[in-house]
Amino acid sequence: MDGFPLLPDFPNSIDVNPSSVVCRLKVGMDLVQISRIQASLEKFGDRFMQRIFTEHEMLYAISASVLQAERLAARFAAKEATLKALGLAGKGVAWRDMEVFRFPDGRCELRLYGRAFEFAKSLGVIQTALSLSHDGDYAAAIVAAVVSEPSMSASTDSI
Amino acid sequence: MTDTAAIDAQIRTVLKDHARLSKDAMTLDVNEDLYQAGMTSHASVNVMLGLEGTFDVEFPDHMLKRNVFNTVSSIRAAVVELIGG
Repeated sequence: MDGFPLLPDFPNSIDVNPSSVVCRLKVGMDLVQISRIQASLEKFGDRFMQRIFTEHEMLYAISASVLQAERLAARFAAKEATLKALGLAGKGVAWRDMEVFRFPDGRCELRLYGRAFEFAKSLGVIQTALSLSHDGDYAAAIVAAVVSEPSMSASTDSI
Repeated sequence: MTDTAAIDAQIRTVLKDHARLSKDAMTLDVNEDLYQAGMTSHASVNVMLGLEGTFDVEFPDHMLKRNVFNTVSSIRAAVVELIGG
């Protein structure tokens, strides 16, 4: 199933009538030690890889073996940042349901699948943004999500 | 009958090996919050994989929740459910 950064059945334009919709910004951030990801790879091998990362993520990570651990660490941080931004830590979401999709030009976007997608949809998530970084023994990711909520303003209907 | 003590001992060994706690995994209270005791989100992944290897189980998606791996007690409950004890 293809994931989407935008929910597929959400309109391209948003009703910005301030009396009907409120958009809120949610953010999550995570920092991961690359050497500890390397240790997980050495300790658990394929079980770690296949449990946490999608095929797309694994293929990109192993395309440059010397960069594998840092690429995976950044992606792990992105998944944790997503859990924080969307409040999914208590929901029972598989790590592979959250994917860092990398375009050929190097841009990355967050894609959600399965339960992560369904929860995001129910939360009203209409857009996400992702940024990754790594330096030395650390990788970090930040995820921002725009959530659309119905306005709490009172009805103007007369009784 | 499930041997709670034996299961707890195995859980504690996994925690000792993988959780990177600031306290002794062999003696901490079964209801002590492991995240408050120093377990990071990455360490909890290693704990999960360690538990799966020790008990020959696989945690289904709906159990991949912070509160399942929160305490020795909550981990034991999940493991018992998975091994059918």
